[in-house]
Order: sequence, then C-alpha cells, then structure tokens
Amino acid sequence: MTAEAIPKIAPILELQGVNKSFGVVHVLHDVDFQVYPGEVTALVGDNGAGKSTLVKAIAGIHPIDSGTYLFEGKPVSVHGPNDVAALGVEVVYQDLALCDNLDIVSNMFLGRELRRRGVLDEARMETMAREALASLSVRTVKSVRQAVSSLSGGQRQTVAIAKCVLWNSRVVLLDEPTAALGVAQTRQVIDLVRRLADQGLGVVLISHNMVDVFEVADRICALYLGRVAAEVKASEVTHGQVVELITAGRSGNLGLAPAEAAQSM
Amino acid sequence: MTTVKTELGDSDFAADTHSDETFRDAARGYLQRVRGGDMGSLPAVLGLVVLFIVFGLANERFMSALNLANLVTQAGSICVLAMGLVFVLLLGDIDLSAGVAGGVSACAMALAITSHGWPWWAAVLAGVVCGALIGLAIGLLRAKLGIPSFVVTLAFFLGLQGVTLKLIGEGGSVRVDDPVIRGITIDNLPVTVGWACALLVVVGYAGLELYRHRSKVAAGLHHAPFGVVIARIVGVAAVTLGVTYLLSLNRSVNPNIEIRGIPYVLPMVGVLLIVLTFVLTRTPYGRHIYAVGGNAEAARRAGVNVDRIRMSVFVVCSALAALSGIIAASYGGKVSASSGAGNVLLYAVGAAVIGGTSLFGGKGRALDAVIGGVVVATIANGLGLLNQSSYINFLVTGGVLLLAASVDAISRRRRSATGLS
Repeated sequence: MTAEAIPKIAPILELQGVNKSFGVVHVLHDVDFQVYPGEVTALVGDNGAGKSTLVKAIAGIHPIDSGTYLFEGKPVSVHGPNDVAALGVEVVYQDLALCDNLDIVSNMFLGRELRRRGVLDEARMETMAREALASLSVRTVKSVRQAVSSLSGGQRQTVAIAKCVLWNSRVVLLDEPTAALGVAQTRQVIDLVRRLADQGLGVVLISHNMVDVFEVADRICALYLGRVAAEVKASEVTHGQVVELITAGRSGNLGLAPAEAAQSM
Repeated sequence: MTTVKTELGDSDFAADTHSDETFRDAARGYLQRVRGGDMGSLPAVLGLVVLFIVFGLANERFMSALNLANLVTQAGSICVLAMGLVFVLLLGDIDLSAGVAGGVSACAMALAITSHGWPWWAAVLAGVVCGALIGLAIGLLRAKLGIPSFVVTLAFFLGLQGVTLKLIGEGGSVRVDDPVIRGITIDNLPVTVGWACALLVVVGYAGLELYRHRSKVAAGLHHAPFGVVIARIVGVAAVTLGVTYLLSLNRSVNPNIEIRGIPYVLPMVGVLLIVLTFVLTRTPYGRHIYAVGGNAEAARRAGVNVDRIRMSVFVVCSALAALSGIIAASYGGKVSASSGAGNVLLYAVGAAVIGGTSLFGGKGRALDAVIGGVVVATIANGLGLLNQSSYINFLVTGGVLLLAASVDAISRRRRSATGLS
C-alpha cells in the first residue's frame, strides 16, 4: 500500500481486509478497496488477478470469508445480490443483460415495472426512460420504443448504463464495458462513464484497455494475484508504471514489497 | 469530452421520434419490417384468403352459412388450445401433452356430471382445476428439475392417455349431454343479442383506441399515426360485423326450422382473447413472460423470478387446454379414450405457429393463435367437405405445420440479419 494523501471526500463504498477462498485457492488476500462519489475508479489487473471475484464480492454474488463491507461509512451485512441492489449498487455486466425482443423502455424497467392500478404504466415509464437517456446526452437512438435487437453494441451498453441513472443508483460497477466495441462506440461509452461520475455516482470501471483507463479514471486500483498492488491517482502515474503494477505487482517504490510479491506467487 | 447536456431539446437524443410521421411512413415502415422477416400474422391472413378461394371454388357448400358456422365451432377448441400454447411457446418451451391434458380434464368433467351428478359449473371448474394441476406438475418438473419440456410433456402425453383409459374403461366413452355444456357449440345467441355484442365490441374497441391515441399525443409519447389507428378500428369493425352478419343469416337446410345467431363458443373465444391479450401486453406478468422468452439470464438478473414464470405458463397452458377439451367434448357430445390424442395437439401448435408465434420464444400474441386456429380449422373443414381420405388430411396438416415452422425459422434468421425483433 502506498502512503496516499487522505482524500477530502469519504468513500461511498469501502471494503476492508476482504479475504475470499474457493476451496484451497485463496483468491482475495486482505483486499482494501474504496469507491468515491463523483469519481471513476479503474480496477485493473491481469487475468486471474481477482478482478471478477472482487466485483462479484461487491455485487453480493460471492459471500466474503472475512473482512468488512462498508457503505457510506457504516458496516452493512451483505447476504445476496438483492441486499446490494437495495443499497443502490448496480452492476453492468459484460454480456449485456438485455432482452432483445423488448424495446428500450421495457428493458430499462425490467423487473421494476411501474404500475398503476396493477397495470403497466407505460406513459410514465416512457417519459422517465426518455429523461434518463437525455440526461446522459445519448445520441443516435431513433426511438425509445425501438427493440433492443436493432441497436448497436455501443447503444446497448448505453441502455444498460442508463438504467443505473434511472434508478438513482449510488455506485455503478462496469465490467469491461468497451471490450466488444469499436472505436466510435468506445468513445460514446467512455463519455457516458464520465457523465455518470459527473452526476455524483461512484463508478468502478473494470478494463484491460489502458487508454480507456487513463482517459476516464480518477484513480486506479491494480490487483496482483489477489492482492491490491497499489491504489493510485491516475494523474500521478504513467502508463508504464501501471503496466508494471499489473504484471509484476510493483513498480519502483509503488506496489507490494518484494517479499510479499514473491510470496503471492 | 462533450459537455453535459440535460435539456431534452438540445441533446442528440432530440432525434428521438415520437411518431411515425404520416400514414405513408407507417405503411413503408411496416413493409420494411415484413421484408426484414417480421411478418407476424401476414402469412396466415394471406393463407386464409387463398384457402377460402380454393375451397370455395372446389365445393359450393363451403361458402354456405351453415358451413361457416360449423367452421366457427370447429375452430373454437383449436383456438383455445393454441392460445394456451402461445404462453408456453413464448418461453421457447413446448407442451406436447396439452391435447391429452384437455382430454383428461374433459373426462373428469363428464364423469363429475354423469357419475356424481355435479352441476355443470362445478364440473367445469373441476375440469379446469384438473388441467391446472397437470400444468403445475409439468411446470415443477421443467423449472425445478430442469428436464427439457419436450421430454416432460412427452411423458405426460403418454401417461395421461393411460389415465383417460382408466377413467372411462377400455374402448368406451362418456356421454356429455348436459344442456349447458352441449349448448356451447350447438346453441346460438339470439340474433339481437349477437348484434348488440358485436356493436359493443366495435364501439368499445374504437373508444379505447381513440382515447389511448389522444392521451399519448397529449403526453408527448410515442404513438402510431392517426391513420393507422383508424385503419385498425375499421379492420376490427369489418371483421366483427361481417362475421355477425353471416352468422345471423338463416342457415337451416330444412325450410321448416330456422337456425340463426352466433354460436356461444365464439364469444367465449373472444372473451379469452381479450383477457389473455390484456395479461400479455398490459401487466408486469406478461412483460416478464416476454422477457424470460427473450433472454432468461437477463430477466433473472433484473430480478424476475424465472422459475415461477416458467411454472406459471404451463399452468395457464394446461388450464386453457382443459377449457379446450370441454369445448371439444361439447362439440362431439362425448369424451372418449382418444379425446385430445391424435392430431389435436399438432393442430394447435400449427395454429400458434402459423399465426406468427415463434417456436424460439419471445415472440407471439394471443391473436396469432386465433388467426392460426381459423386457418387450421379451415383446412380440416375444407378437406372434409371434399371427401378426401383421412391420409390426405394428415399429410396436408403436417405439411402446413412444417411450412409454418420453416417460415418462422427463415424469418428469424432474416430478423437477426436486419436487426429487427
């Protein structure tokens, strides 16, 4: 852990000393992780570093073995995805969780349909969906009543992300949102990620793409073999340093102590 | 980085259109969808026109008022069964046992009346509950154990035939002569009541459509152009009033007695159609059925209880199958060991698919089942009039089902190529 200036704002979501094992495999070692409101935290690491496990632990899909889960500074007990969703934490998965045969409005409200006297309140849902998309300056969507199957990959990602704005989420975790996208669409999504943070949400971006990370992230958390190698401000490190943190767990005076890094092997 | 824009007016999202501009645009959009593979009920409607022309030319009795009324009662049980199957097909599942589930339920109803002296309504209720329980068992096995629906319902298809045999004894049959049950298909609404119902349907539909159009325009929501709304109303009015007119003609072949009026089965199917359409399109439950059919994993992540939805559609399907079995028993005047077996299910699956319901899940309407049901009944009726041997009947129906499934598969491929759904 690097000595870091104590930030002025308190983290909205924080994990302290989290351990997680699958059988004999110790996947997460004493992980400390913070998400700050209004900031984009990039979670980077090589394959098998524990990124997905950490995200699933935050999302409540994997119960943690030990450690503390804090939300707005208060410890919370998390027993499943519903507890996390109730806190206002949304996860946008890599394999977009959208139904192709439904339109944009239906997808954004799926599972949480507004109803009036037991019947779907289409008018209010359509208006709210339109406002959510407009607040993110979403472009190129012809109509909110378009079926999702007719959208491009970037537009689908947009709809999935706009869902989080709609539900007034506090923290959004994006799992590789640009992995399958072209250049222009990546641009759209990265802009969108920035706008989410500008609206005061805590955003976690999991990505392999260093260009995206440096473009949008305020801080970078590098995982190395299940440990947090370093958590640094994006403005204070170079591209090369982050790559070293990912691949070797340390870079100059940043990162794990040599002994610790070796022990992780 | 673009600046944050929250005003709807100057965002790029302002390109969002609230309406297809004109009637012509809407028509062009529809043509585009059809060409892209999203054909809906169009093949069924065109097929129906062709069938009417062919059978009408081949046999002059086909177009007689008597035969058309007969066609309506024949189509009744197929339509109801197909509407139930639409629910299961929407999830991409299949219920091969729906026909025999209807047979068993009708058998339970008939025995309750003849052997136990139950009143007709209690017997019908018992039949429907019997169907719902069968559906619950299938649904549990499918959703909780994860056995493919094809296998579960094939097992029930065989098993339930055994149950029917046990209930009524080898080779026998149970007579259905309760006047109310028989009346479903052999009695008719008084002509004036029929016309009143027809007018009520037309006025109600027109009022609802116009009200919804106006409130959508007022709220600035996405809406169809006015011309399309009017076209829909005119279409519904033409079909409703046309059918009512035909069924109000005297169709008796004996000049001494008069038979006229709408058979009771037609309003029954109509009410079911309205109720099921409402459930599928206006309730969260219906929305969840489409969602699970489109992408079960996405629905699960969104908090939809996928297992419960999956179980419920089998319950709905088998309960409707029970109603269908009762209508078939009313038409035949008896329940026999083979009730609901044979080609009954094939007819109903064919009806749903011909009408435009996809076998791959996520796409279909209750109306599809009714349109398809009329097509299938027309084929059976027309071939019957032509005195064809029954092997021709089997060949033609099987061929039509195969054709409909091919159209479904091809249009699905074209839809995914053109990005329509």
